[in-house]
Amino acid sequence: MSAAESTVADGGQDGQGSTRGQAIRRLVQGDLSSVRVVLGLVVIAIIFQVQEDRFLSAQNLTNLMLQITTIGLISVGIVYVLLLGEIDLSVGAVSGLSAAVMAVLSVNHGWNAYLAIAAAVAVGAAIGFLQGSLFSRFVVPSFVVTLAGLLAWEGALLQVLGKTGSLNINDPKITGLANTFYSDTVGWIFAAAIIAAYGAVLAMGYRKRVAAGLGDGGPLPLIIRFVFLSAIVIAAVAILNSDRGVPLAVMILLGFVVGMEYVAKRTTFGRHVFAVGGNAEAARRAGIRVNAVRVAVFTISGSMAAIGGVMAASRLFAVNQNSGGNELLLLAIAGPVIAGTSLFGGRGSVWTALLGALVIGSISNGMDLLSLSSAVKLMVTGGVLLLAVLVDAVARQQRQTSGRV
Amino acid sequence: MATNGTPLLELEGISKRFGPVQALDRVDFTVSAGEVVGLVGDNGAGKSTLVKAIAGINPPDEGTIRFEGREVRIHRPQDATDLGIATVYQDLALCDNLDVVNNLFLGREEIAPGPGTVSRQLDEVKMEHETADLLSNLAVTIPSLRSEVGTLSGGQRQQVAVARSLLGEPKVVMLDEPTAALGVPQTRQVLELIRKLRERNLGVVVISHNLVDVFAICDRVFVLRLGKAAGEFKAEEATEEHVVAAITGVGDGREKNQQEPDETERKPEEEGA
Repeated sequence: MSAAESTVADGGQDGQGSTRGQAIRRLVQGDLSSVRVVLGLVVIAIIFQVQEDRFLSAQNLTNLMLQITTIGLISVGIVYVLLLGEIDLSVGAVSGLSAAVMAVLSVNHGWNAYLAIAAAVAVGAAIGFLQGSLFSRFVVPSFVVTLAGLLAWEGALLQVLGKTGSLNINDPKITGLANTFYSDTVGWIFAAAIIAAYGAVLAMGYRKRVAAGLGDGGPLPLIIRFVFLSAIVIAAVAILNSDRGVPLAVMILLGFVVGMEYVAKRTTFGRHVFAVGGNAEAARRAGIRVNAVRVAVFTISGSMAAIGGVMAASRLFAVNQNSGGNELLLLAIAGPVIAGTSLFGGRGSVWTALLGALVIGSISNGMDLLSLSSAVKLMVTGGVLLLAVLVDAVARQQRQTSGRV
Repeated sequence: MATNGTPLLELEGISKRFGPVQALDRVDFTVSAGEVVGLVGDNGAGKSTLVKAIAGINPPDEGTIRFEGREVRIHRPQDATDLGIATVYQDLALCDNLDVVNNLFLGREEIAPGPGTVSRQLDEVKMEHETADLLSNLAVTIPSLRSEVGTLSGGQRQQVAVARSLLGEPKVVMLDEPTAALGVPQTRQVLELIRKLRERNLGVVVISHNLVDVFAICDRVFVLRLGKAAGEFKAEEATEEHVVAAITGVGDGREKNQQEPDETERKPEEEGA
């Protein structure tokens, strides 16, 4: 994942240092946090593999990928909120409520599956819009607004589910989201398409920079990235194919991660999100509509929570009173932070949603394999989060002492 | 340097009152193209109020503003920007987590042509190119345009902020304490940059506490005291003592100084104080 992170995260700005040395330094510096995370993943894998040799089996790795899709999707929205330097505590409850809306419409009212899903996402978006508007209009801390949301939407979930408190989903279009696997051939076509698209993006970007006469560190860093990403994609598809095949759910998660990373790093809107997270006053004076950016970000967060909720419901074949509950919210926030998105705003990437979900998912999956109790699981996960935050804080202090704020 | 022809920006009889405080009292002020005017005065003399009046942040209560000989109204910051008046505030308003290019183009990003326009995709290459051109024109040296602004020195940050104000092709640039908190070499860089602005035939207003810097860079020094014009000097002819006297109101500055009328009754007597 390191290559994927580095390459796509900085996709548009490859090798922008003016000398080769700078380009290489950028490569290293920009990836330090993701390198750290990947090393962490390797350590986790070794620990669990030593104790339980099923951990790295194709079947378990496929399960792991399926387990992280919900957290990963919710984290994509959380990354945007964190980039603003804000927090959204309602995403768990919103994911549960949206899934419940979908289930009620689909099961009780016989709606078309896609319409029901669209309604669920609309509910998530509307809630995010509401919370974002309240937060920016009345200048209430987002923490409080979304904490109120957390309670209210959990109540709404119970209300929507009614007396039975649980609904089984039987529409194959919905359950298919998390339970569809592609054949080996299709898997390899995906791999080829991803590698080709990535290569094309890198090559075009490089050619444009050279044409513009901007000094460049040569194509070497790009080639390294390309090779890394290709190797990871090929390995991943090979592993998934040797079990049930590439899951649709993973492709959906990847699609959102890549798409939202593009928005964050390559578009005007994304740039404004970083600016508001870095210095809201400067952004305002530069003519950026700060409140509009904030509302949009919370709308994204609510929408991604709803999408995550739909995926969770699809995997469980049901929505119940626990949907979106338990530690889902905290894990969805912890993931990006563990993987290097700053809690203080203005720094991070959407790739950390995927990487963080992998770290948390691996720990949880490995402990399940070892049949550890949830008491132990919770304490270990808490310890990992604390460690990650401490590392983030230390990195921040180092930046400050070296003049980087 | 020559102050040529009609003033670019002319203020006449500008007054501004905040509750009981008369922050500006019938101030006349001009800037010409290719001229650097130092705006000096003690704390609370009205320097910032005057700049904010011109910048449209706190529009004046009374008085007329003429820009290129034409009477204009500046009610909002946008009005000033549209006329071609750029302001660099003391806190610079930069995003430390963004690089130099991104800060320069913040709020006026270049959009890539082609399919990228739908998503308003950034044209990073074009922006970096233009940044490089602009900075080299201004003889500003920054190690890498892609380094985060938070990693730059105070002088470099000031230069980035000034360069950024130039992107809108302004005719007048106002700088609020551009050399405050800078070391000697950094101050020199910033003063050099101000000279470049003059070479570009811009009208430049520099607010400063530091008379050494003011004399190093300005063609004309305009002194405010307690919201009133307290003296105006050609930098070549005046000495620091004259200016200090005007700032503090001790002795007689070189008298463009009008009497200091009592605010309510306007007794036309005693000058200075």
